Amino acid sequence: MRRRGKISLSSPIIDAFLPVIATLAALLVGAVMLLALGANPIVAYTALIDGAFGSVNSLADTLVRATPLLFVGLGICIAFRGGVINIGGEGQFVAGAISGTVVALALPEGPALIVVPLSFLVGALGGAIWGGIPGVLKARFNVNEILSTVMMNQIAVQGMNFLLLGALIDPIQLERASRIPQTARISPAFSLPRLVPTRLHLGTLIAVVMAVLVYILLWRTTLGYRIRAVGLNPDASRYAGINVSRHVALSMALSGALAGLAGVIQVFGVNFRVFTDGSAAGFTGSAGFHGIVAALFGQLHPLGTIPAAFFFGGLLVGANRLQRTVQVPAALITSLNGLVVVFVVSTELWRQQRARRRAGENALQSEGAGESKTVHQGWDDASAVASRIPDRETSV
Amino acid sequence: MIESLFTAQVLLGILTSGIRLATPYLYAGIGETFGQRSGVLNLGVEGQMLLGAFAAFYAVRQTGNLWLGLLAAILVGGLMGLAMAFVSVTLRAKQGISGIGFFLFGLGMSDLLFQTLLGTVQTVSGFRPLAIPLLSRIPVLGPVFFNQSFLVYAAYLLVPIANYVMNHTTLGLKIRAVGENPEAADSLGVSVSRVRYFTVTLGGVFSGLAGASLSIALLNVFQQGMTSGLGFIAVALVYFGGWRVWGVLAGSLLFSMVNALQLWVQVLGLPIPSEFAVMMPYVLTIVALVVAVQRVRPPTALTKPFVREG
Repeated sequence: MRRRGKISLSSPIIDAFLPVIATLAALLVGAVMLLALGANPIVAYTALIDGAFGSVNSLADTLVRATPLLFVGLGICIAFRGGVINIGGEGQFVAGAISGTVVALALPEGPALIVVPLSFLVGALGGAIWGGIPGVLKARFNVNEILSTVMMNQIAVQGMNFLLLGALIDPIQLERASRIPQTARISPAFSLPRLVPTRLHLGTLIAVVMAVLVYILLWRTTLGYRIRAVGLNPDASRYAGINVSRHVALSMALSGALAGLAGVIQVFGVNFRVFTDGSAAGFTGSAGFHGIVAALFGQLHPLGTIPAAFFFGGLLVGANRLQRTVQVPAALITSLNGLVVVFVVSTELWRQQRARRRAGENALQSEGAGESKTVHQGWDDASAVASRIPDRETSV
Repeated sequence: MIESLFTAQVLLGILTSGIRLATPYLYAGIGETFGQRSGVLNLGVEGQMLLGAFAAFYAVRQTGNLWLGLLAAILVGGLMGLAMAFVSVTLRAKQGISGIGFFLFGLGMSDLLFQTLLGTVQTVSGFRPLAIPLLSRIPVLGPVFFNQSFLVYAAYLLVPIANYVMNHTTLGLKIRAVGENPEAADSLGVSVSRVRYFTVTLGGVFSGLAGASLSIALLNVFQQGMTSGLGFIAVALVYFGGWRVWGVLAGSLLFSMVNALQLWVQVLGLPIPSEFAVMMPYVLTIVALVVAVQRVRPPTALTKPFVREG
C-alpha cells in the first residue's frame, strides 16, 4: 500500500501498449531518416496514413494486404508459443500457393463449392509439409529451425521458378513464346467473392474467423495447452508425459499450414495465378517476414494479431503513396519493421521487471487480504510466454 | 555430358572459383564464431553484410578508393554489431528474434539507399587479382591459389590468426570462458558484458567485410538482396564447424566448392535445371546441420543473457 501512487504507472495496460511505443519509436527513427533524405516527415507520414486509411478503396487495399499478414502471423503465434521460431513463412506461402493452384488448374470444370475448399486444404497441406520438414528435423535431429527454415525459403523460390518455367507454365505463354514465368489463370468461377465493390475479398473474413479458431485451439483445447506447455518448459512437459518432439514438429506444421493458406488465398482472392520475378518477395510481398512483425506486435496472441496485421498492412499500402509523394522508396517500411522487431524484443526486459514488481505488490496485498491471486490467461500470460520462447534455441 | 565436368580444366576452374567464393563465408563465419563462442547468437549477419556491401560499393563508386570502401564497410558493420551488442547484452533481448529484426532493417535500409543513391545497377572496378611472385608461377596450382585478390588472401590469413587468438591468448580464454560459464568468468573478474560487446562488434565488422568482399572484390556490383541467404549460411557454418575456426574454414570451402560447381554446371549447360543447381548449397546446408549436430555441443551459455546474481 505504501506505493499506492505508483500502481497506475505499473499497470499491465502500459505493458499492452509497449509494442505501440516501440512502433512510435521506430517511426521517429524513420522521421530522422526521411529528414536525412531531404523529405518532410510530416508530409511523408500524412501521405502514408492517407494512402492506407484515407478512402474506402485504400482501406480495402489495406485489408487485402493485411490478410496474408494475419494468416502468417497466426502461424507465428502457434510456432513461437510452441517454442519454435518459424522464419520460413515465405517458403510455406509459396508451397501453399502452388499446391492449391495445381488443384484448381486440374479441376477447371469442377463445382466451386468443392474445388475451392479442396484447393485451400491442399494449399494448407503444402505449407504444412514445407513447415513440417524443419519441424521434424528439429524434433528428431535437433536441427536449428531458424537456419533450416531460411534454407527452405530459398529452396521453395528455386522450386517455384523451376515449376513456373516448366511443368506449370501458362500454356498461353508457351504459345506466344514470351515465356513469362506464371501459371495459367484459375477459372473465374473459383475467385473468392468480393465483399463490397472494391478489391476486398472473402479471404479477409476467413482470416478473422481463423484468428478466433487459433485462439480456441491454443487456449481451449488440450492440444493447444500442450503446445504452449512445451514452449514454456519442455523439460517439465516431458516429465508430465507430453511427447515434446511430436508437439514441436506439430506446431511447425500448423504454422506452415497457416502460411500456406495465406498463399493459396492470395491466389484465389487477388492474383488468380502464381507468378515469379525470380525472388520470393515478388510474389509473397514478404508476407512471411511482415507476418512475424505483426504477430510480435500482437504479443503472440491470435486476437491481438488481427489489429496488428491491419496496422502493418496499412503501413505497407501507405508506403506506396509515401513513395509517390516524397520520392522515398517504400523499402523504408521494411527497415522500420525491422526496427519495430528490435524495439519490441528490447522492451521485453523492462516488461519482465515490471511484471516481477507487480507480482511483489500483489503478494503484499494478498497477504493482507488473505487470498492468493492467480495469474490469468490472456494478454498477461501472452507477454510472459513471449519472454520465454526462444530460450530453447540454444539447440542446434 | 556429365563427363565434361571432370576434365582437368573444369576441375581447376571449380577449384579457383571455389577458393575465391569462400571469402565471404570465411569473414562472416569467423566473425560469428567469436560472437557465439562468447554466448551471443547474432542472426543479423545477413543484414550487416548487405549494409556493408552497399557502404563499400558506394564509397568506391564515389571516391574510387578501394581502401575507403573497406573502411566504410568496417564502420557500418561495426555500428550494426554495436547495436546488436547493446540490444542483446545490455537490454538482454531475445537474440533469435532481435537478429531477425536487424536482418529486416539491413535488407530494407540497403534497398532504400540503393534506390535513392544509385538508382540502377552499376559496376565498380574492385580489387584486382594480385599474383604473388614466384608462388604464382608454380605449374597448375600456382594460378589457382596465388593469383587472387587482396581480400581473398586476407580472408585465408584471418583463419590462423583467429584460431591463435581464440585458443592461445588471454583474450580467447576470456571469450571461451564467458560463453561456457559466465558466472565463473565473472567471479574471476572478467567483465562478461565487455567481452560480449567486443565479440559482437567484431562480428559486425567481419560481416561488413564479408559484404564488401562481394560488392568490391568478387562481383563488383551492388543489387538489392544480393547476399541471398549467404549470411544465414555463414551462421549455419559456425554450427557445422563445431564452433572452431578450422571447422568454419572446412565448411566455407565445402560450400564455396558446391557453389562453384553449380556455377560451372550452368556454364557448361549440363542437363540439370539451373534452379536445382542454385538450390544445392541450401539443401547442403540442411544436410550439414543434421550431420553437424550429431557431433558437437554448442557453447553452454549460447543465447543466454548474463545477469549477475545478488
